[in-house]
Amino acid sequence: MKFDTPATTNPIDRLKVVGQPLDRIDGPLKTTGTAPYAYERHDVVADPAYGHVVGAAIAKGRIQRMDLAAARHAPGVLAIVTAANAGTLDKGSFNTARLLGGPDIEHYHQAVALVVAESFEQARAAAELVRIDYAPEPGSFNLRAAAGSATLPHENDITGPAETHVGDFTEAFARAPVTLDETYTTPDHSHAMMEPHATLAQWDGDRLTVWTSNQMIAWANADLAKTLGLPKEKVRVVSPFIGGGFGGKLFLRADVLLAALGARAAGRPVKVALQRPLIANNTTHRPATIQRIRLGAERDGTITAIAHESLSGDLKGGGPETAVNQTRLLYAGRNRMTAMRLAVLDLPEGNAMRAPGEAPGMMALEIAMDEMAEKLGLDPVEFRIRNDTQVDPENPQRPFSSRPFIECLRLGAERFGWSARSPRPGQRREGQWLIGMAMAAAFRNNLLMKSGARVRLDKAGRVTVETDMTDIGTGSYTIIAQTAAETMGVPMEQVVVRLGDSEFPVSAGSGGQFGANNATSGVYAACVKLREEVARRLGFNSREAEFSDGEVRVGNRTIALGAAAAEGEIVAEDFIEYGDLDKTHQQSTFGAHFVEVAVDRATGEARIRRMLAVCAAGRILNPKSARSQVIGAMTMGAGAALMEELAVDTRRGFFVNHDLAGYEVPVHADVPHQEVIFLDETDPFSSPMKAKGVGELGICGVGAAVANAIYSATGVRIRDYPITLDKYLDRLPDVA
Amino acid sequence: MRSFSYERAASPAQAAEAAIHNPGAKFIAGGTNLLDLMKLQIEAPPHLIDVNGLGLDEITPTEDGGLRVGALVSNTRLAADMRIRCDYALLARALLSGASGQLRNKATTAGNLLQRTRCPYFYDTAQPCNKRQPGSGCSAIGGVSRQLGVIGTSEACIATHPSDMAVALRVLDAEVETVRADGTCRRIAMADFHLLPGDTPHIETMLEPGELITAVVLPHPVGGRHIYRKVRDRASYAFALVSIGAIVQPDGSGRVAVGGVAHKPWRVEAAESELPRGAQSVCERLLAGARPTRDNAFKITLVERTLRAVLNEARG
Ligand SMILES: Cc1cc2nc3c(=O)[nH]c(=O)nc-3n(C[C@H](O)[C@H](O)[C@H](O)COP(=O)(O)OP(=O)(O)OC[C@H]3O[C@@H](n4cnc5c(N)ncnc54)[C@H](O)[C@@H]3O)c2cc1C
Ligand code: SF4
Repeated sequence: MKFDTPATTNPIDRLKVVGQPLDRIDGPLKTTGTAPYAYERHDVVADPAYGHVVGAAIAKGRIQRMDLAAARHAPGVLAIVTAANAGTLDKGSFNTARLLGGPDIEHYHQAVALVVAESFEQARAAAELVRIDYAPEPGSFNLRAAAGSATLPHENDITGPAETHVGDFTEAFARAPVTLDETYTTPDHSHAMMEPHATLAQWDGDRLTVWTSNQMIAWANADLAKTLGLPKEKVRVVSPFIGGGFGGKLFLRADVLLAALGARAAGRPVKVALQRPLIANNTTHRPATIQRIRLGAERDGTITAIAHESLSGDLKGGGPETAVNQTRLLYAGRNRMTAMRLAVLDLPEGNAMRAPGEAPGMMALEIAMDEMAEKLGLDPVEFRIRNDTQVDPENPQRPFSSRPFIECLRLGAERFGWSARSPRPGQRREGQWLIGMAMAAAFRNNLLMKSGARVRLDKAGRVTVETDMTDIGTGSYTIIAQTAAETMGVPMEQVVVRLGDSEFPVSAGSGGQFGANNATSGVYAACVKLREEVARRLGFNSREAEFSDGEVRVGNRTIALGAAAAEGEIVAEDFIEYGDLDKTHQQSTFGAHFVEVAVDRATGEARIRRMLAVCAAGRILNPKSARSQVIGAMTMGAGAALMEELAVDTRRGFFVNHDLAGYEVPVHADVPHQEVIFLDETDPFSSPMKAKGVGELGICGVGAAVANAIYSATGVRIRDYPITLDKYLDRLPDVA
Repeated sequence: MRSFSYERAASPAQAAEAAIHNPGAKFIAGGTNLLDLMKLQIEAPPHLIDVNGLGLDEITPTEDGGLRVGALVSNTRLAADMRIRCDYALLARALLSGASGQLRNKATTAGNLLQRTRCPYFYDTAQPCNKRQPGSGCSAIGGVSRQLGVIGTSEACIATHPSDMAVALRVLDAEVETVRADGTCRRIAMADFHLLPGDTPHIETMLEPGELITAVVLPHPVGGRHIYRKVRDRASYAFALVSIGAIVQPDGSGRVAVGGVAHKPWRVEAAESELPRGAQSVCERLLAGARPTRDNAFKITLVERTLRAVLNEARG
């Protein structure tokens, strides 16, 4: 199905199932511990061997000597895989560093060996016996120090242009009566998902199957085949359940490759879970940024000049954190410029983490907006409203497909009790607490990706959906079932959803908040095809046939849906693909975050009291799972604001706090009260579902809202995340 | 984790004896710290002696009006004991600010005292660390040290002792009761129990090889207001940046110890005479000679501000 004109009325609009706040259909499997996660696939392989990964102990240099003798002779050891004995390996097209390092080491904890043994404990014990002599080399580990050597990043579809210019920023900024010029920093972040990267691999001759935990089945399939030098058809990737990803599992990672190599070397199935202390340095992370923002405005608050420059670092050949993305689109302003610079760092590989670009970009831009509103003497909500734009400000001939940004701001202000806020900081006090209230905009683009699905109808009227779409805890199973149930006119119980298998049609996968809208659209397309075949078999005109209540109806003739499959299962397969509606129209999602914090006067501890997000993201397919996505994202944003930071040892070149004791993420006590409101909206430009992404919108802007609230509470402005008490303690009012 | 042998001790004295006969052996209580360290091969005992089930899990009154807390009493039970809550509220509060409910169910009194540092480099076996591998160097000096010690540190180690409970026990003037391999018992004052790192940061307490903790003895209650204030980046389930344990009497006199700043709960009795004069006076003596790093210099300010709030609370 090609989607190249805005959607009109279609079966989804019935909203009998889609749009309902249904419980997730995979819930019972999870609450009973029976959902088959990769490391626990006892159902498919009875007696796997265990692999334990050895990570490089230096950030950069070479392995001089590797002594495997002791490890090889340790009890239970079956095989040891190293770059020296693994045969020729290519590199995945989504990987910057090689997944099996040696003799050259590209980053700390780059995998250099896999020890395979009969038991997990034996593999772990033997792994400690691998002796490696390194010849370390100096590397570049400090983003600030590397700033001078940063260059324009290579442009591609993902990064977009490295620079943009509209009008004459320099001149307009020089002339503006009110200006702001500040620098903001965000640290490296770890995805810190609960389930570590894990894979069970089995060879059958030259065919390889991996049961793994991956967000993008087709990418993993292609990159695993490429790395091993196999045709894609020989590799099967299965990933039906994923215990969190946040972008950390978008790509083929070391667990998959090493499990495959280990299984080949040991001659039997092998499973590998990355040890928790390896994850921060072995896998990818959200890169740190240094961002400079300049704003110039008329006294009435009209922005006349806006510039956003961002510096980030990555391994050679890597890409930038696209933190200027939103600034190209969010606010009006005739003179504008954005620029990205990329420095070479020898830290682990930087890559996508939940809302790459916008998440750290909004953390900076939305503090700047708060600061500017104050300079202008304007209410921060009003300042944003004044600079709304209904067209792409860099290409004014491109309207937004839908942009109820002002509605989000107004509704949020009303619901949160914004009018009670004091515009002057440091005014409200409750006992030991300084209370602050603030807000920030939310913004994240909506991405369109081709997505396929297969649907089967059996004679009992049961509909089975198969697509390689993944459910990373988001609710994909449920919204896909809702889509099929709505389109085929059957109750939810009659739908079976099978996900995450490279034998199923290629979908959009889970990432960039593009999964829900695109994957359900692909399922819709396949269901429309199935409806046509059903109608044909029943002798109906498919355009007149009405599918509901498990039946097909034309006029007063009604036949059970399953009757169409009386002679055998009907199978339909299709995909959604897109015309140029995302070129003619800018498609984005919008929102507003409101936060109230309390800061302890004495210790400076900042605690969030309540949060509200108002989101406009097209049709909300399932308000319950969407809400869960948004509150999860708000929680992650709170973490980014208050505590999350991979601490870099700039001498040794690695992230030091590489476990969940050292890398703190919020606990329940950090997010006591969260509320989410969705605007009742549809976006006919996005897809037949009229939905857009929402899972990342929720994180964009949260950090800044918290930062602004701490300012509102204390009068101290912090521009370096995370906003920990050590950064402002000495500027708090004295304790009496 | 290396393979190890395991035995259940028959009595406290037998446990101590078994330990001395198995070089490198370790006692295991709740296992919440030891097992984590064994999995990372930071500890690699060839032999484990399980000291559960020896009747060391009781809280009994002492003759001089105090309490004897068995070494194996869980943190949860200790914090919930009515006598502790009434007369040693500081201890209950310190315990409840630590770890999580699940961990406190397993964690024991002795194990808590002997938990090891949370210095991140200590946990990374690829990095030099004098505490883990004597003589290899200290990665934290000049490295990431925001969480680490500011006082009583040495050129060899700047780690802190992470226990909340120990801070309370130090304020309460508790004693650690032990049995040695030769069957003799002794009591060690909390003031002496933990050592400063000096040039042997791997030696953390007064305990001799094989010496088993049998109990912690609390002296007669001292009354006063008991306040434990733990400052941390997240609201729960985090180690202290700094913590303050204080007992303040109606006349303004009292006791105070600080956690998160040193290799042991940090208390300077001489500084306590300054309590009526306020936090700044106390801190001048309490933290005299502090040598913070650039990353953790804020702890000096933080201790003083927190102490001021604690003293306000005690007055209010
Ligand atoms: C995630 C996490 C968070 C935590 N947060 C906090 C916190 O916020 N605050 C805090 O204070 N603590 C915290 N802890 C630490 C926790 O309090 C300790 O792990 C626990 O108290 C150790 O007790 P255990 O009985 O499990 O000791 P074990 O692990 O069994 O033993 C610890 C050590 O004590 C020795 N030992 C045990 N019993 C005896 C004995 N009777 N005589 C001699 N030696 C003995 C063992 O040989 C071992 O060396 C945390 C721990 C974890 C894992
Ligand atoms: S501070 Fe102590 S524990 Fe930390 S690295 Fe140095 S020696 Fe090791």
